[in-house]
Amino acid sequence: MREKNISEDRKKYLRKVKKGKIAVIVTQLLILLLFIIGWEILANQGIIDSFITSQPSRILNTFLNLSSNGLLEHLGVTLTETLIGFISGVLLGIAIAICLWWSPFLSKVSEPYLVVLNSLPKVALGPVIIIWVGAGMGAIITMGLAISLIVTVLEILNGFLNTDKELIKMAQTFGASKLQTLTKIVIPANIATFFNSLKVNIGLSLVGVITGEFLVSKAGLRIFDCLRWSGIPTRLSYDRCDYSSHYGCRYL
Amino acid sequence: MKEVLKLKKVSKRYQAKNGEVEALSNINFSVKEGEFVSIIGPSGCGKSTLLSIIAGLEPKTEGDIQIDGNTGYMLQKDSLLEWRSIYENVLFGLEIGHKKTKENEAYVLDLLKKYGLYEFKDKYPTQLSGGMRQRAALIRTLAIKPNILLLDEAFSALDYQTRIMVTNDIFQILKNENITAVIVTHDISEAISMSDRVIVLSKRPATVKSIHNIEFEMDNRNPINCRESPKFSKYFDTIWKELDVHA
Repeated sequence: MREKNISEDRKKYLRKVKKGKIAVIVTQLLILLLFIIGWEILANQGIIDSFITSQPSRILNTFLNLSSNGLLEHLGVTLTETLIGFISGVLLGIAIAICLWWSPFLSKVSEPYLVVLNSLPKVALGPVIIIWVGAGMGAIITMGLAISLIVTVLEILNGFLNTDKELIKMAQTFGASKLQTLTKIVIPANIATFFNSLKVNIGLSLVGVITGEFLVSKAGLRIFDCLRWSGIPTRLSYDRCDYSSHYGCRYL
Repeated sequence: MKEVLKLKKVSKRYQAKNGEVEALSNINFSVKEGEFVSIIGPSGCGKSTLLSIIAGLEPKTEGDIQIDGNTGYMLQKDSLLEWRSIYENVLFGLEIGHKKTKENEAYVLDLLKKYGLYEFKDKYPTQLSGGMRQRAALIRTLAIKPNILLLDEAFSALDYQTRIMVTNDIFQILKNENITAVIVTHDISEAISMSDRVIVLSKRPATVKSIHNIEFEMDNRNPINCRESPKFSKYFDTIWKELDVHA
């Protein structure tokens, strides 16, 4: 469309599109605002128990005192763990998906194993992971990886295998090798798949890390969580938390 | 004129799980330099397989194929890569063959200029019309300098009007570049309008049923004006009967 030849109808249409977009964002913000305000009011009225669910003003307070209550440190730990789990999950997932795409034999052999591993409740592996990797950051990252890896492999492999056959045939008419087909057709054609998988993965990694922290950690958001839970909002008691972690372990 | 493509007793059998499928049986024909030959046959008779075998994409079971020069291949879909600009797209074949030299790039730019795509070279495929996309796909193939072009239902994804225009367009370009063409199609009019000869294949296993010489007594024959000739419908009827189509 040339800018200078915009008709009245076109302008109207563009305005309508813009209005539509704004309406969506405004509504989204309104919902969030209503939720927070509702939460605060209900907590103040004592309709919901703020001891269990906290309340927005208290959360804000905690955030305002980041440096004094150690939330920042815990946030950093969880973020680091999540990022390491996420990045290694994605890289490893892509590498495995490439291997499986490359060799249909390998792909067929591994199929039932992937299905079983995917449906396995990874959280149940917690104790085993602690024994193998040791109760530390390693175990937490391994947990994050365990939860996100198989999904990544399955999703990316699925994307690879569904690459437009016509494009692959076109490359072959020019004599493309398997490596060229991979790098020049299959991978670029699956950029959208990668991004989708990244979106799902960052969430899964966080779930994995929080689960891991729940089981073994000495620091991180989950610990902070359980401290608030135990009713000691500002002065952190690591003993208390260790107790809760050990309890979690034994429980499993 | 010399023969650039010669098929002798070419056969093809597939091994499928439920048995052996005989797709092609004893195919013989040859194509002279600069000639346009159409291969037509009932659907599923194996005409695309035949083209894949000529291009070396699939192995043949028996027989001998002699090719003087190198082949280019055009598929039904233009298969332009959406993430590349038109210029990057038309260089794709050269890139795959590790032949992306300065000289070849200049040749590609020449082709783009000659066939009206130069101003669009930095655009992306979605910004082009169906006809232009098909032309870009042709330039991508011409970039590797084939002397024989194999067209596999190359126009059947286009709507009727565009198809007529694109057929004409590509016919002119190929004549201009002095390229021999082997066209696989299920469209009788397209076959007659483009070719010097039409090869009719039988049902599976496909054999050569008959070969028709298509001649129009007109100057500057092209796929559009030859449709007006009274001989066009005669050829059409003959080939239609031979194809023996049952709905």
